[in-house]
Amino acid sequence: MTGSAVDEQPLKRRVGNGVLPRVLGRLASAVLVLFAAASATFFAQALLPGDRATLLLNQRTGQTEARSDEELAPIRAEYGFDDPILVQYADYLGGLLSGRLGVSYQMHQPVEALIAEQIPATLLLTVTALAVAWVLTLVWTIATTRRSSRIDAIGSGVETVAAGLPPYWLGVILLVVFALGLGWFPVIGGSEAARLVLPALTLGIPLAGFMGQATRAAFERALEQPFVTSARMRGMSDLGVRVRHVLRHAALPGITLSGWALGSLISGAVIVETIFARPGIGRVLVSAVNSRDLPVVGGIVIVVALVYVVVNLLVDLAYSGVDPRLATE
Amino acid sequence: MTATAAPPLSRTRRTPSPTLLLSLLVVAFFLAAAIIPGVLATHDPLQFDLVAALQSPSLSHLAGTDEAGRDLYSRIIFGTRESLSIGLGATALSLAIALVLGVAAGLGGRVVDAIVSRSLDVLFAFPMLLVALLFVAAFGPSPATLVLAVGIGTAPGYARMIRGQVLAVCTSPYVEAAHAVGHSSWRVLRQHIVPNAVRPLVAVATLSIGQSIVWASGLSFLGLGVAPPSPEWGALLDAGRAYMTHAWWLEVLPGLAIVLLALAVTTIGRHLQQRLEGHRA
Repeated sequence: MTGSAVDEQPLKRRVGNGVLPRVLGRLASAVLVLFAAASATFFAQALLPGDRATLLLNQRTGQTEARSDEELAPIRAEYGFDDPILVQYADYLGGLLSGRLGVSYQMHQPVEALIAEQIPATLLLTVTALAVAWVLTLVWTIATTRRSSRIDAIGSGVETVAAGLPPYWLGVILLVVFALGLGWFPVIGGSEAARLVLPALTLGIPLAGFMGQATRAAFERALEQPFVTSARMRGMSDLGVRVRHVLRHAALPGITLSGWALGSLISGAVIVETIFARPGIGRVLVSAVNSRDLPVVGGIVIVVALVYVVVNLLVDLAYSGVDPRLATE
Repeated sequence: MTATAAPPLSRTRRTPSPTLLLSLLVVAFFLAAAIIPGVLATHDPLQFDLVAALQSPSLSHLAGTDEAGRDLYSRIIFGTRESLSIGLGATALSLAIALVLGVAAGLGGRVVDAIVSRSLDVLFAFPMLLVALLFVAAFGPSPATLVLAVGIGTAPGYARMIRGQVLAVCTSPYVEAAHAVGHSSWRVLRQHIVPNAVRPLVAVATLSIGQSIVWASGLSFLGLGVAPPSPEWGALLDAGRAYMTHAWWLEVLPGLAIVLLALAVTTIGRHLQQRLEGHRA
């Protein structure tokens, strides 16, 4: 629902604009998003109630006790906690520009190394899930839209339920039925591909429900266009019309949603990695939140914002590819 | 506005759809569970019974038992109040923030609108769960943090919607007419803009309750919300995860409660939405 509000607005604004101003505008807002992410994470760390040096030392040693100044002094010096807050802020932003995200309180290693180590697994999961969602959406929409009122009702009913399924519950159901009950997939171990199937479905099915709702509406509108009638008059089969002509028009809202969906996929990855005990930044994030390891939480927030911004720029370009009217305008 | 006089509406009123009836029933059941859990529960939710540990669902234990022999059905019933309160609290917070931002952007002129709209664009770049996790990391897990995290995380979407609504109402013919006949701005705001911009929110609020419950339980499921001895639904899921391989009901059934309530509330919200949009058309 929020998705459709997101996708229609830029479309209207874009009509009549050239490509270059649009790309520049997008870049400016991308920079703004990253700056906001960096500032939010810095101030969340710096302005938190409680002494950071004490928090840090206690986390490293696994204790909770008050510390003397002699113990805290080297840590304050090492992390620059004694500097004025604006100096620390400038240092932090400067570090970000050269790719440094800070040092984990708990694991005492650079956050960027930690993320680089874990992010490939999460990216593999989210990209596979997105592909799964697209395949499910396309097959389901082509098969069920405007068939008969009953099939149509079943089609959109399934989409509503799928979109409403919380990933943590869907994941558990899939695990219980297909891994524990039927034994089709390994619970632990097994090949990389076999371990990917259930997590990707857990993320992909609710997303397919969302994208299906948007695609179905566009598909219905496209089916009423004159070019559909003309294709049918030329003797094209029903499936041919749906796949070759209608789909191209119906895919647009889905493409916009894919950029937006990335956020929900990353949120979902946090949950799915926990259920299926997969490695990835989702699990790192949960354990960092648990131990209040704020540099790690902040680093992941910034990286996710970066990925989101890049993907949405790509979606914008893909849009022009699918709908050439936008590029030539 | 005079709904009873319109024939098509009174017809839909006589034949409500079966899914809507079912949804109302589900919501009524969970409301009862939240208000009078003692009447609906079959066991004491805290009563240990180690002999009956990890039993699958049966007539004596409708939803089975957990590792300490506590009756899961009764625990779900007793957890309803906390899950529902967190969902309602988060929705109230979220809509309050959204209303202030949305109305300010819609009515505050170009500069305020630009600032609010840009900030909302920025907030959209962060997945809701990530915003929520940042809050939990900063303030530590607790029910109050859950309300705060979910409420703030879901607010931008609604704020944008309210802004659009206010702008649409402001440019509508009846507001122009009210200005033209010389009503004061305050009177126009109070009598025309606010009621008309807020009415669609009834449906949005309903939809949002379902979402908030799902998200709040998700955080508890991750061990970052309400802690396990509590029978809050997400906490039940968190506690059951260790026994998932041989006691499926500990994960599946509390999740079913969440999904049922969320779907029922969403169905009612959608119905309200159609009803209200039909009104305006």
